[in-house]
Amino acid sequence: MIPPAASARAVDAPSFSTGRFRAEREADWIAFDLLLAKLEKKGAKALTSDELLQLPLLYRATLSSLSIARATSLDKALLDHLEALSIRGYFLVYGVRESRWSRLRRFFLYDWPAAVRSVWKETLIIALVILLGALTSYSLVSSNPEWYFNFVDEEMSGGRDPRATAEFLQSTLGHGKAAGEKGESGLHVFATYLFTHNSRVSILSFALGFAFGVPTLMLEYYQGIGLGAMMAVFSAKGLGYDFGGWLFIHGTTELFAAALSGAAGLRIGTAVVFPGARGRLQAASDAGRTAGKVMVGVILMLFAAGLLEGFGRQLITDTMLRYAIGSLMLLLWLGYYYIPRREDVT
Amino acid sequence: MTAAANAKQRAVKAKKIRQFITPEGIDLELRIASAGLRFGALLVDLLLIVLTLFLFSLFMLWVGLASRSDVTVVVWMLGAFVLRTFWFIGFELGSRAATPGKRLMGIRVVARDGGRLTADAVVARNLIRELELFLPLIMLGAGASEDMVSGWIMLAGVLWSLTLSLFLLFNRDRMRMGDLIAGTWVVMAQRVKLDADIASDAAGEAMTFTDTELAVYGIFELQELERVLRGRDPRAMREVADAIRAKIGRPIAEEDDVFLLSYYRQLKARLERKLLFGKRREDKYASD
Repeated sequence: MIPPAASARAVDAPSFSTGRFRAEREADWIAFDLLLAKLEKKGAKALTSDELLQLPLLYRATLSSLSIARATSLDKALLDHLEALSIRGYFLVYGVRESRWSRLRRFFLYDWPAAVRSVWKETLIIALVILLGALTSYSLVSSNPEWYFNFVDEEMSGGRDPRATAEFLQSTLGHGKAAGEKGESGLHVFATYLFTHNSRVSILSFALGFAFGVPTLMLEYYQGIGLGAMMAVFSAKGLGYDFGGWLFIHGTTELFAAALSGAAGLRIGTAVVFPGARGRLQAASDAGRTAGKVMVGVILMLFAAGLLEGFGRQLITDTMLRYAIGSLMLLLWLGYYYIPRREDVT
Repeated sequence: MTAAANAKQRAVKAKKIRQFITPEGIDLELRIASAGLRFGALLVDLLLIVLTLFLFSLFMLWVGLASRSDVTVVVWMLGAFVLRTFWFIGFELGSRAATPGKRLMGIRVVARDGGRLTADAVVARNLIRELELFLPLIMLGAGASEDMVSGWIMLAGVLWSLTLSLFLLFNRDRMRMGDLIAGTWVVMAQRVKLDADIASDAAGEAMTFTDTELAVYGIFELQELERVLRGRDPRAMREVADAIRAKIGRPIAEEDDVFLLSYYRQLKARLERKLLFGKRREDKYASD
């Protein structure tokens, strides 16, 4: 039963008007806006527990205001404000669930090795491609040294070609006088240069994977070619063992990283060509996320390789020790990536 | 403006809007950021990167000269690498998911599936950027440095790489290659200040209009009128006031702003009342 007083009031002042709707709820919107600004500027830690409890309430109040306003109000400024506020609120409320620190921890403990493990097939393929490249150029150069000049750039080789004497070649490996030609102070500059350069190449070989993986395969094959040609030159002079050590100390890390970056690229390429049961877009974005994780790992690995190459290789001249360090690094990476972990299941 | 033009304008706007339903069941109606805005954001970011690099170089030069050590060279190289590779990644990992350039343009990155924007997606979309930005340049460089490559092959290479870079122009979601790979979108995320409610002004009571006088306009005209009223430009107000007066056949008897405000308020009340009954009149061409 409606009291007569109420029905009389309804005539001159409607029980629902958009002006009243706004007056009743405006305080909530302003409070939510302030809270969001604080959250955006200083992060979740800046909020008191009281404010944290209020956040979802104000968020829901704003969303409900938006849907009511859409159905009843024609005030464009109000609608636009509520829309923008809701969008901001949505991405903050559903976005910030994890601190950067715990994200980082999870990445190193689980996400990175898991991503690397999941591209193991591609890694194997790329490793074979690099090996194939190395074998191709190795056999060609050993049978006819002239081939060498087709594979390796004159400037890149720095005199390390079939015409060089065994003594010179030996000296470039860090035994004898020529080892310290740059002086030890140049080492860290050299290491940094190697790191940034190799990272560029790896990022490119990953990014090129988008073109169905073909350029990635070519790039990796080419890496193998240079390697094999050099190897042939050194082993022809009886320096194969020493060259191996020179390469091994950083090569296990660097080539592993190169193979992983190629694998990440290949993963994307194959997902685009063979999406399987999922949609092509979905497949590409799934692959892209896995590959993204692998790539962060690759850059970190290359950083380690750069340090080993710049410092380790120049300071440690004993070939046995070089082999030992290289193998240790390889075992470390293999253990880190492929030993299964309990939390992986979740 | 004709009915067709009105409808067309609305259709263009609607084309940019994507359904984005929150777990609470409300459609946020995200708007895809235009290619122009994104290009502007990119330019701003590149400018900032170059500027930062320049200042950083000056600082390192100063430190290097003072300390006479080449450690500064290492710091500079690493700094430049980090700046170039992680500028975009670092900013987009933040809670606003936007670089300074994007913030300036009022856009942000969003996961296409409505979920959280994850770190790996941000990394993937930005490492691909390397390819999109530099491949055409690399192609040009490689073509120019090697004489044996003919001009035509070089042109083909540059064109091919440009189609990669301009990929976002060829799909309706304005996705870059990196967006495609990472499963992300770039959408509008402007802040809109809450303006005062002009309908609740006391000046709105100054004069009254009859129902037939109010029945000539729809929602589109109402919101255009609101824009003019909030703009407070006397010339625009005069023009609009004259147009309305001519349409409803009223003599010029009062101040433009008083007239417009009264008209706005009563038109809004009328249209909103109809809205409550489920009648939505888009513009003056729609039937009442």
